[in-house]
Order: sequence, then C-alpha cells, then structure tokens
Amino acid sequence: MTYLDHAATTPMLPEAAATLTEALGRVGNASSLHSAGRRARRAVEESRETIAEAVGALPSEVVLATGGTEADNLALKGLYWARRAADPRRTRVVVSAAEHHAVLDAGEWLAEHEDAVLDVLPVDPEGRADPAALKALLADHGDEVAVVSVMWANNEVGTVNDVAALAEVAHSCGVPIHTDAVQAVGAVPVDFAASGVDALSLTGHKLGGPVGVGALLLRRDAACTPLLHGGGQERDVRSGTLDVPGTMSLATAVRAAVADVSRRTTVLTALRDDLVARVVTAVPDARLNGVPLDRPGERLPGNAHLSFPGCEGDSLLMLLDARGIECSTGSACTAGVARPSHVLLAMGLDEDLARGSLRFSLGHNSTAADVDAVVEAIGPVVERARRAGDALARS
Amino acid sequence: MRVLAAMSGGVDSAVAAARLRDAGHDVTGVHLALSAKPATMREGARGCCSVEDSRDARRCADVLDIPFYVWDMAARFRDDVVEPFVAEYAAGRTPNPCLRCNEKIKFSAVLERARALGFDAVGTGHYARLSSGGVLRRAADPDKDQSYVLGVLRPDQLSGAIFPLGASPKTEVRAEAAERGLVVAEKPDSHDICFIPSGDTRGFLGERIDDAPGEMVDTAGEVVGHHRGVHDFTVGQRHGLGIRRPAPDGRPRYVLSLEPVSRTVRVGPAEELDVTVLHCAAPVWLGEVPTDCVVQVRAHGGLSAATVRVVDDGVDVALAEPLRGVAPGQAAVFYRPDSGGDVVLGSATIAATSR
Repeated sequence: MTYLDHAATTPMLPEAAATLTEALGRVGNASSLHSAGRRARRAVEESRETIAEAVGALPSEVVLATGGTEADNLALKGLYWARRAADPRRTRVVVSAAEHHAVLDAGEWLAEHEDAVLDVLPVDPEGRADPAALKALLADHGDEVAVVSVMWANNEVGTVNDVAALAEVAHSCGVPIHTDAVQAVGAVPVDFAASGVDALSLTGHKLGGPVGVGALLLRRDAACTPLLHGGGQERDVRSGTLDVPGTMSLATAVRAAVADVSRRTTVLTALRDDLVARVVTAVPDARLNGVPLDRPGERLPGNAHLSFPGCEGDSLLMLLDARGIECSTGSACTAGVARPSHVLLAMGLDEDLARGSLRFSLGHNSTAADVDAVVEAIGPVVERARRAGDALARS
Repeated sequence: MRVLAAMSGGVDSAVAAARLRDAGHDVTGVHLALSAKPATMREGARGCCSVEDSRDARRCADVLDIPFYVWDMAARFRDDVVEPFVAEYAAGRTPNPCLRCNEKIKFSAVLERARALGFDAVGTGHYARLSSGGVLRRAADPDKDQSYVLGVLRPDQLSGAIFPLGASPKTEVRAEAAERGLVVAEKPDSHDICFIPSGDTRGFLGERIDDAPGEMVDTAGEVVGHHRGVHDFTVGQRHGLGIRRPAPDGRPRYVLSLEPVSRTVRVGPAEELDVTVLHCAAPVWLGEVPTDCVVQVRAHGGLSAATVRVVDDGVDVALAEPLRGVAPGQAAVFYRPDSGGDVVLGSATIAATSR
C-alpha cells in the first residue's frame, strides 16, 4: 500500500503510540487533589511545557483542546466575542479565501448568528494571502475588525504564508490575529512568539500524535471568550476534564516531529520534487498548483498538488486506489460528493481543472518506493480517467 | 468481471452488491448523488438522495469490504430526469421518472463512465431476471417485479447490466441482509419519487410550472369548473378535481384527457376512461417486432393482451381488453408470456389513446 495522504492524517510515531498506551492504564483526574490527581497534573503540565518549548510558546499559552477544529472555532468565536465586547464597533471578521472550513465556516456562522461582517481576503494564484491586501482592508476598516485569521500553511496546495508580516499588519491596527498551523507544526519551523500571532491552532494527528487532541496557543493578553463552560480548566478558556494520556502522547509527538523538521524537510523535499518531475514527464500536460518548486521555503515539503486536464478527480482517485495508491482530491462535502475545491477556485483555477486535481502528501514514513508506485501508475490512470471524462461528456 | 454496484443505501442494492462479490466478481460500490443539495443529517430528512442514504450505502460497502465512492450525477439527473419530468407534466403527460433514470442515468451515464474506467458491468438491486444472452424477464417475486421500469433499455444497455435479485422474493433478500449483518436489513422500502421526498408531487410541480388557468369541461362540452394548469392532473384522477356541482347523474367524474394548448381538462364518467388502442412513439425492440403480446401501461398493473402494428411514426397497439386510465407519457412495455418469467420484448412511449 502506498499511503500519500499524510495531510489528512499521518501514522502515529512509535514513541507517541507507546506513551499513549502506557498512560491509558493509569488513573487520575488532573484536577483532583489526591496523589493520583497530582501525578496526572504533573504529567499534563510537563507535557504542556514540552509542547510550549517545541513551538516557541510559554506553557501558560497552551490551551489544550480536542484538535484543529475546536481550536479554530475557539479562536475565531472567542476572540471575536471578546473584542466586540470590549469595543462594540468591532464586528468584522477577516479570513483568507483559502482557509480550512473549520475557520471559514466558523466565520460564516458568526456572520449569520452574531451580526459579524465576514471579509474574505483574496489569495494570489499561488494560494498566498498578501499582507498588502490585508493592509488595504484594514486601512479602510481597521477600527471595525475584531479578529483576523490566516492559515500558516494551506492544507490543499501547501502554500506557506508570511504569517509574521500579516501579524505585523494586524497589530498595527490593534487587531488580534489567529493562524491555523495544523499543517505547519512538525512540517516547517514554527515559532509562536517570533511569529507575533495572538493565537495558533495545532493538532496531534497531523504530526504523528493521536486523533482527538490538539491545542490553541493563546497569548496571555489575548482576551478570548470560552465556547465550553464547566470546570474552568485551561485558564477558564476551555473547560473539560483533561485528556492525560492524549496530552502526554501529543507532547511526545510534537517534540519528536519538531526536532525532526530539518531532516524531514530535506528528505521530503527531494521525494516530492522527484514525484512532481516524474509525474509531469509521464503526463506532460499535468500542472503543479501552488508555489513552484524552486522556492521551497514557501511550500510544505511533503505537498504535491497537481491538476490533470480532462480528468475527474474522483475517477483518478478511484483508479489509483484500485492500484493501492491512497491520495486525496482535496475537499469533500458531507455526502462524499467531490466539489471543486474552494482553495483552487480562489487561486483562479477554472472549475474543470479544479475538479481534475489530486493532492499527494508525503510524511514521516514516505519512501522512494512510494514515489515509484505513483509514477508507474499515473500514466495509465490519467489516460483511463480521460476516457471516462470523454464518455461522460458524450453520453 | 469487474462490476460496479450501484448502491442507493437501501437493502436491495446492498444485497445485490454482496451477491456480486460472492459470485467472485471484483466489485466496487458507487452511490449516485442525484440531488444538488442533499438533505443533511441535521434536517433529518429521508429520501433517495439524502446524506443518510449515502452513509447507509457506505456502511454496507465497508461491511462487504469493497471500495466505495460517491459519484456526483446531480447535473445529469437534473437535465435528463427532473427537468423532462416537469416539462412532461406541463405538456399534459404523465412521465415515469424511475424509468427515465434507468434509461438515461444508471444504464447510460453511469454505465458509460464505468466502462471507460475499466468496469464490465453495472449491477443494481432491481427485481428482474436477465440472462447472459440479454433476455430480460419479470422477477420471480411478482409483487417486486421491476421489469417494467427496465423495459426501456436497449440491448447495448442490457449487455452491461446485472440484476442479482431477480430470482429472489423480497423476504429472502431482507433475511439475507440481516444474516450478512447489513444494517439496512430493516430499512423500509422507498415508494415516493426520490427527488420529491415529501411525496407532494403537485406542490413540487406547482413551484416549477407557471399557472396556466383553464376550463374543466364535461363530455357534453359544458364547463363544470376551472383549474390553474393541466399539470395539476393525471388521466384517471378522481380526487382533487375541485368541481363544486355534482354530476347530474350523481356518479363520480374522472379526468379523461388533458389538452395543454387549449388549457382544457376533460372530465367524465369512469367508463369513458376505457381505451382500446394505444398510439405509441419511439419504440425500442430487444428482438423481432412482435405481433401478439401482452402490454403493460403503468408500473403496477394495467395489463392486456395486445396486437402490435408498426405505423409511420411508431406503433399502434390494439388491446384485447379495454384498459382504464391510460396516461399519455407513460411507457408501454411489451411482454411474451412465459412460464419461466414473462419475457420483455420492447417498449414504446404512449403518445395518445383511443376508445
């Protein structure tokens, strides 16, 4: 089996799995006062310190949550509510057009239910949010904006934003900024403090940790209204009994993944570049979406996103799956129907080309054999998918 | 063979897929998304195109351990099934959308795409028997027989079809689903038109067809009422005519015919609904054109022995016994009676009838 869908989820690192399974056998609520509770609390706090150190944050800035979706929702809604409460004129929410649905839909929800005005920041043909565009928007509406959210790295085409520049623009207008760094942590260098952002989402299962645990890094001076009310855990921002084994495993994975970024970048960039070059040789009219490979720092090392003119993405997916190659078409709606990706459309691709796209995402255990398998399959698969596309157009 | 199993999320197509797999075929499940805006779980809706059905189909495919995909056929379904359905009603005819879906979607767009992707056939949970030689027969279970809605298929379409349930009674299929651990074993049968889950066909049409008010006249030519458009009626309809005055003889009145140009709905007594000749267009034959046969004029019932005569623009079908309430727009499917299951000979679209 050739697994090239690491951006969807990546296999757990053996050390993270070991931490998790070992901890599952122990009792202890980290809020309890007795010794089991104290042991649990110590494990959580040490994990929190590990995570903080790996991503350039203070331990007190780590708000544990269930993953990227919760962290994104908490950031968008929490920062919006708090900022609007402090200054009722601030009702605008700014997100980039290439955001994950966890951000986009949270913004839309605020517009529908909380009287917010949603401003969607366009992205350039490479999928990048332009700091100048944010600056222009804030020049007109700076005192009305409650929160800005722009992802660190895009989940579909792998484009890495200049988050520090965006943060500087937002702060010049007194606006807090959140970044969804779910795809970035463990893949590219991420330093929370140096980036200047007020909030950052990360999740375990994209970097070799378990599903169901993640964190929102939240600066102490960023006011954030909670989504969940209860026992007051996590600075009262995120109530709920702490997941001790999950947190310990998350910390193990974050530490290992971040420590390995430089080595992985070298390995995955080489594999990815090889994959793209050989796929384009096999299918000459295939085109790479996102940032060109000669600017590696602006693209996630493991991401190869390609369009195949005349093909339906789900035909390609099915044919590759039948050959044991697992990849992704990008976004799927709840019914499992492939829709043209909003990211690709925002980048200016036409609908047909957007539909005929595949994302191959490499990760920590990808090998040259995985690339060979894709290269071997892609020619006949594309040819067959084209015939199916023609048949559909004809019938 | 490589077989694409069309899986609606119901019990029949799930068991069909299971049998195909057990027969040694290389089976891939596909759910056809036919609605542009599928009802979500949150809305709690049920219907052929709901997210819940898609989930049920996926769940069954997972239990069968076969690959599963959702194919978006919404645009094709809208163009080839829903819009013609509305247009037919607006023209005073009564279409059968299931039949059209088989002809234009399942055994055309889906089959073509499947063939191009390297599949040999499309398998469905329809109740009909199809031999390897392309002979289509009624199902063994007379209550479930769906040969009528498959009767429009051409030989090249039937050559790419497999119906694994044709020889089984429905009760056996449900029991088999339960035995196989398929969660849909107890799922109720679908009855309504899948794209009208509310069952309110008139309401659905009313939203899509402009009112074209006209008169309702009886057989004497007397105006007995008014209507907002012929699309509100079907030949043979008795209820909902909106006539205030009872007939002079006190007997119920039925819709006899719909005339969209003059916007006239003709009503009259039941016996006037009896027809003895069907004028049919666009015949499709699976072999020799028959002379004597049995014709079926609607999905359930409406059978008569008949004689077929080829005419310029189609066929005229003389009925041995009059049939009541034959609606233009429906298909006439021709059968040869056979103890091993009546054999489908072909079909045509009923354009007009005469008494």
